[in-house]
Amino acid sequence: MTALLQVQGLGKRFGGFVALADVSFDVAEGERLGLIGPNGSGKSTLVNCLCGTLRNESGEVRFAGQKLAGLNAHQRIRRGLARSFQLPRPFGTMTLAENLRVPILYAVQPRGGARVPDIARRCTDLLGMVGLADKADRKPADLTQIEMRKLELARAMASEPRLLIADEAMAGLSHQEVDEILALLLRLNAEGVTIIMIEHIMRAVLAFSQRLVVLVAGRKIADGDPQAVVREQAVVEAYLGS
Amino acid sequence: MRTAGFVVLLLVVAAAVFGAARLVDNPYAFFAGYVVLQYIVLATAWNILGGYTGYVNFGTAAFFALGAYSTVALHKLTALPLPAMMLAGGIVSGAVGLGTGYFTLRLRGTYFSIATLAMAVVVQTLITNWSFVGGSRGAYVVRPAEVMGLDYVQYLFLLMLLLAVAAVTIARTIERSRLGTGFAAIRDDEVAAEANGVPTLRLKLVATALSGGLMGMAGAPLPYYVTYLDPASGFSLSYAVNTIAMPLIGGTASWIGPVIGAVLLGTLQQVATVTISSALSLLIVGLLLVGFVVAAPRGIIGWFGK
Amino acid sequence: MDLLQLDLLGNALVSGLLLGAFYAAVTIGVSISFGMLDIVNIAHPAFIILGSYTAYIANTTLGVDPILASIVLLPAFYLLGVAIYTVYDLAFERRGDASIRGLAFFFGLLFITEVTLVLVFGVDYRLVEAVYVGPSISLGPIDLPLRLLVPALVSLALIGALQVFMRHSFTGRAIQAVAQDPLALRLMAANPTRIKRIAFGLSIATASVAGAVLIVIQPVEPSIARDYIGRVFAICVMGGLGSFGGTVAAAMTLGIVESLTATFSGPSWSPAVAFGFLLLTLALRPTGLFGRS
Ligand SMILES: Nc1ncnc2c1ncn2[C@@H]1O[C@H](COP(=O)(O)OP(=O)(O)OP(=O)(O)O)[C@@H](O)[C@H]1O
Ligand SMILES: [Mg+2]
Repeated sequence: MTALLQVQGLGKRFGGFVALADVSFDVAEGERLGLIGPNGSGKSTLVNCLCGTLRNESGEVRFAGQKLAGLNAHQRIRRGLARSFQLPRPFGTMTLAENLRVPILYAVQPRGGARVPDIARRCTDLLGMVGLADKADRKPADLTQIEMRKLELARAMASEPRLLIADEAMAGLSHQEVDEILALLLRLNAEGVTIIMIEHIMRAVLAFSQRLVVLVAGRKIADGDPQAVVREQAVVEAYLGS
Repeated sequence: MRTAGFVVLLLVVAAAVFGAARLVDNPYAFFAGYVVLQYIVLATAWNILGGYTGYVNFGTAAFFALGAYSTVALHKLTALPLPAMMLAGGIVSGAVGLGTGYFTLRLRGTYFSIATLAMAVVVQTLITNWSFVGGSRGAYVVRPAEVMGLDYVQYLFLLMLLLAVAAVTIARTIERSRLGTGFAAIRDDEVAAEANGVPTLRLKLVATALSGGLMGMAGAPLPYYVTYLDPASGFSLSYAVNTIAMPLIGGTASWIGPVIGAVLLGTLQQVATVTISSALSLLIVGLLLVGFVVAAPRGIIGWFGK
Repeated sequence: MDLLQLDLLGNALVSGLLLGAFYAAVTIGVSISFGMLDIVNIAHPAFIILGSYTAYIANTTLGVDPILASIVLLPAFYLLGVAIYTVYDLAFERRGDASIRGLAFFFGLLFITEVTLVLVFGVDYRLVEAVYVGPSISLGPIDLPLRLLVPALVSLALIGALQVFMRHSFTGRAIQAVAQDPLALRLMAANPTRIKRIAFGLSIATASVAGAVLIVIQPVEPSIARDYIGRVFAICVMGGLGSFGGTVAAAMTLGIVESLTATFSGPSWSPAVAFGFLLLTLALRPTGLFGRS
């Protein structure tokens, strides 16, 4: 069986600065992958390249066997490749429920899913999953940073993705909230969604991931069993050395 | 309210307006009313792009004048009825909107705005140098005395009234549709919109074409209204200022905002032009625009509602 | 090409270069406000026309040299800029909502300035008098009208002075940091709002001198501000947003192209040249032709 996501030799520069260099890895259907790396190592840039928010200069990404080159972000999410933004980017003039309507109308419906009468209920359900049900009619400006992270996650889930990339969805959350989001992501995964989790909270990453990929300065330095990877010399140095 | 009910209501309002204007039985009522209605169309059209997607168009005058000049050209070539000419004007301006958008909408929003300013001057220069439509000397258009027993100025008024009904209906329908949600997502955060499945470039092109097309339709009857059209008046900057001021003063969030702004500012200018001077009335528009954007960011409709 | 044509070409090139230097002065304020501060001040050309009229008043009522007068008036224009930035900052930047309403704000200012000038001075063209308005120097077949030469030199001097200020003063370096490197700005311990206010003040101050050289070069009436919007933004974008060298290079290029167009296909086409340039730049290379990419 071929992997759901295949990344081959991905490279990205900002002017003269090399943000990603020759990054390759696969993600199998149904897998839970942890992606870690020090600040500025290129994790979010990788997400942006995978999801079409940024264009990579070199390398190739395949999703479900198809090349993604040339596809815009909206075409990629319609194929089932969704992400949450590390710095939340809510739609400011819309209520939380309306925020979730956007991916439902524009990513799910074009695939033939989500009939109109069900949309409102679906929004409420999704907000309930992240603990925001009582704020469905509020605007994002009324939310705390942490609640905005949850909204980000709910919006990414609303697109009914095959692969969900959560970019630091748990930063700043309390111990208990981390556990709630962990449980949510595990449940989603049990329903068949492949998940890449980017996280600095080691406890969460290790509890969640079946496999760990480590980026340092735009290069992949480790890839494998989580417990083994965190003991690798290079990984320890990258974290302690910096 | 369902769209059908809304349209019926608008048509009732329109019939009342037309009836009232006939009761006044003063040709000036139709002349002045025509201008106010024209501004309802222009402000509503501007708001479809500016208010809903957040892209500021400074080139209203160009879209409007293109509609007017396509009538001048058609008038010389054929004897089409005015509604057909309005359609033609709308197509010309819509196509120009599409073209401008295609080249500049991939860039940041401010570049689009600057490009629309540029586009207005380019189009004006082309028209000024095109002798077939009168060039810089301008063109005379003979206004028929009447059509189907209706005084021609009243006929112009009626057409503009119907166009206003159509424009407002389109705006309100968009607001409540999937398209409106996509527009709002673009306005709030274009990167997030694209990442959530909104085909941003396509939607922005739809908005520019629709907005430009409506402006062109509003301009198409102008030659018959003024009977003499030259580039300086057709491309007057006051169209651009008014169509930006009206939605911003009324409120850009909903279809009613541009209508309120157009009725208030349009009427004010009609009165001020007669009683004071046209330059002074334009100064008032400019001051109101600056005052509102600084002090009342959500416009008049922001004073009501939550 | 016969001799007459060559003559025409030579003269067109020279006057294009001189015109270009003047265009650079007209644009330099926008290179600061739009290029460095990311404030889309489309009203800038209107302030330039205001500068033309203040120079005109000084010239006709007091008999002062218009360019000298504009230099004396620099502080007044600087304060005008500071006042506008203060309002802009409070109303838009602080609220994090500068886009639509910020653009409309400047569009409103453009319009108010223009209509006010119409109300006060009417729509007649105004001229200034100065010793250098009439005569010209001849270099063989090439004519160098002083009416163009003096403004070109004044313009280059203005840009040179600004360049020295930006490179060598603390405030100047802080202004550049606002544009490129917010971290460096924090390390310099400078207050960004204050730096931006000063920078915007400077950008409007340049309008005084640019306006004076404008009215030396051509008669002025209020609505010609609009012809300059396209030129100014075309040059600013082509010059690579905020690069002074790029601005001068782009301005000279546009000056030459316009002057050639006017010589060989008639002046009624020249307004479209700048805007055509702008549309092409935006379509093909929005990072500019001359600046950093
Ligand atoms: N648009 C951009 N322009 C220039 N440089 C950028 C841009 N986006 C990211 N970078 C740089 O690329 C590098 C990688 O950034 P990225 O955001 O991908 O890191 P990250 O691994 O997600 O870090 P963090 O853990 O802090 O989220 C950083 O040095 C950053 O400054
Ligand atoms: Mg990151």
